Parts: sequence; structure tokens; C-alpha cells
Amino acid sequence: MSAESGIELEFVLESADFNGAGEASSKIKRTLQQLGVRPDIIRRIAISAYEAEMNVIIHASRGVIKAGIHSDRTELVVEDEGPGIADIGLAMQEGFSTAPDHIREMGFGAGMGLPNMARCTDKFDIKSEKNVGTKLRMVIYH
Amino acid sequence: MTIQEIVKALSLKVIAGQSNLDKVVSGGYASDLLSNVMGQANAGNIWVTMQGHQNIVAVALLAGLTAIVIAGGVEPDPEAVRKAETEEIVMLTTTLSAYEVVGRLYQLGITGE
Ligand SMILES: Nc1ncnc2c1ncn2[C@@H]1O[C@H](COP(=O)(O)OP(=O)(O)O)[C@@H](O)[C@H]1O
Ligand SMILES: [Mg+2]
Repeated sequence: MSAESGIELEFVLESADFNGAGEASSKIKRTLQQLGVRPDIIRRIAISAYEAEMNVIIHASRGVIKAGIHSDRTELVVEDEGPGIADIGLAMQEGFSTAPDHIREMGFGAGMGLPNMARCTDKFDIKSEKNVGTKLRMVIYH
Repeated sequence: MTIQEIVKALSLKVIAGQSNLDKVVSGGYASDLLSNVMGQANAGNIWVTMQGHQNIVAVALLAGLTAIVIAGGVEPDPEAVRKAETEEIVMLTTTLSAYEVVGRLYQLGITGE
């Protein structure tokens, strides 16, 4: 695999689908393992993918997660239709969450998802438009 | 220390993941907040929680944890058990409180590493 060619994985995410939650990230993880990517790198990618996946399931209406796996890096692009994020600076703060109580009871809504993604990735870009949706682009070098 | 040794010492009930009981535990982490576990637990940790729903399996799998201990007599949801079986994630239960589990793990030399 050269640095530019790569494997593209794509998964559709649906709001409130707690049954399928984590499947996209698990498949991305399995593919990375088959490719022999270093375990500590895989772990950072898996955590970032899961947090992004859960945010679509919890906070948005529907979305798509794509993983572009190249020899030197993995790119995660997560795009959703939904309420968007009014104040990204606030959303990035550890502990900030708008998750409702029934979501918090499951242990989600700690307000640490976006900070976890930012910490686990080498490049983290978030764009959001209110009442339209959110787009995340993350790069992790292998 | 292996999970099997911990299971024996604490008389834990093995619900799923029989095939992975020989894995070595690197340390432990206790929390019911999933993103906190994702961000703070270390790979190879044994995780003590009172959550029993299916999403804990994905967390353990993706964060590379060796085992989930569901404390306080909480019964895991059937979907959680099914997922743990499919993914071969070690799922353990106990009527001991989370506090008691962590204390006993620490006594066995399992620290917060
Ligand atoms: N995809 C998204 N669509 C709409 N809002 C989002 C999205 N992702 C995050 N947010 C907002 O940012 C907040 C913080 O997100 P995060 O750090 O993942 O914490 P949590 O998901 O635990 O609330 C969320 O509570 C929500 O208000
Ligand atoms: Mg989140």
C-alpha cells in the first residue's frame, strides 16, 4: 500500500441506534488490526471513531462515518444531519454536555467525547452549522 | 496477574469471554462514565462499573480493556451478554460493591496503572 492509495470504509449511522452503536468503530478497528497497524495507534483511532459515532447517534439525526486507511495515516470523516453545534468552543470544553438524563443514565454525556477525540488525533477539524449538521475530519498518523 | 486468578480470588462469576481468561491485567479503572473510561483507562485494564447495558462491550473492545467487572449485583442486559460473547470480551459479575471490588483488586497488587 503506498501512502496515497488506501482502503476506504464507510458506515451509515442512525440517531438513537444504541443497538448498532460501536459497530462501525469495531469494524474499522478490525481492519486496522488485519493491516498490522501498531496497537497503540489503533487504540487512538478506535476511541476517536467511537466518540464521533456516538455523538451522531446521541446528538444528530443521521450521519456517515468514513475511514480512509493509508500506509502512513488513517483519516476519519464523520458527517451528520442534525442540530449542529452553536458554540464549538463551549462544546470542546471538558464536561460540557447537552445530553438528556436518559442518555446520562447509560453513562454517556460526560462531555468528554470531543476532548477525547482532540487528544487522540494528530489533526482534528470540526465544522458545524446550526440546524444543518456537523462535519469532523480527524487524522491519525501511523 | 491473569483474569483467571482474579476471578478465583474474588469469586467472580464469568458471564462471557471464557477464552480470554488467561489474559494478563495491566491495572484497573473504575467509572460509570463511558467517555471517561475511553479517555482515562489504559489498555489492558480491568474495568469496574455498575453499567450493565450493551454499550459497555464496545467501550471495552475499543479501549482494549481485558475485562469488565459489573459490580453491586447488577445483572447485565441480555444484549450486553450476547455482544460480549460475540466479541469474546470477558464479562464478570459480582454482588460485591464497586468499592469492595476495587479494594480487593488493589490488595492483589492491581493498581490504577
Ligand atoms: N454531532 C453532533 N451534533 C450536534 N451536537 C453535537 C454533536 N457532537 C457534539 N455535540 C454537542 O457537543 C456537546 C459535547 O460533546 P461531547 O464532548 O462528545 O460530550 P457528550 O457527547 O458527552 O455530551 C454535546 O453534548 C452536544 O451538545
Ligand atoms: Mg460525545
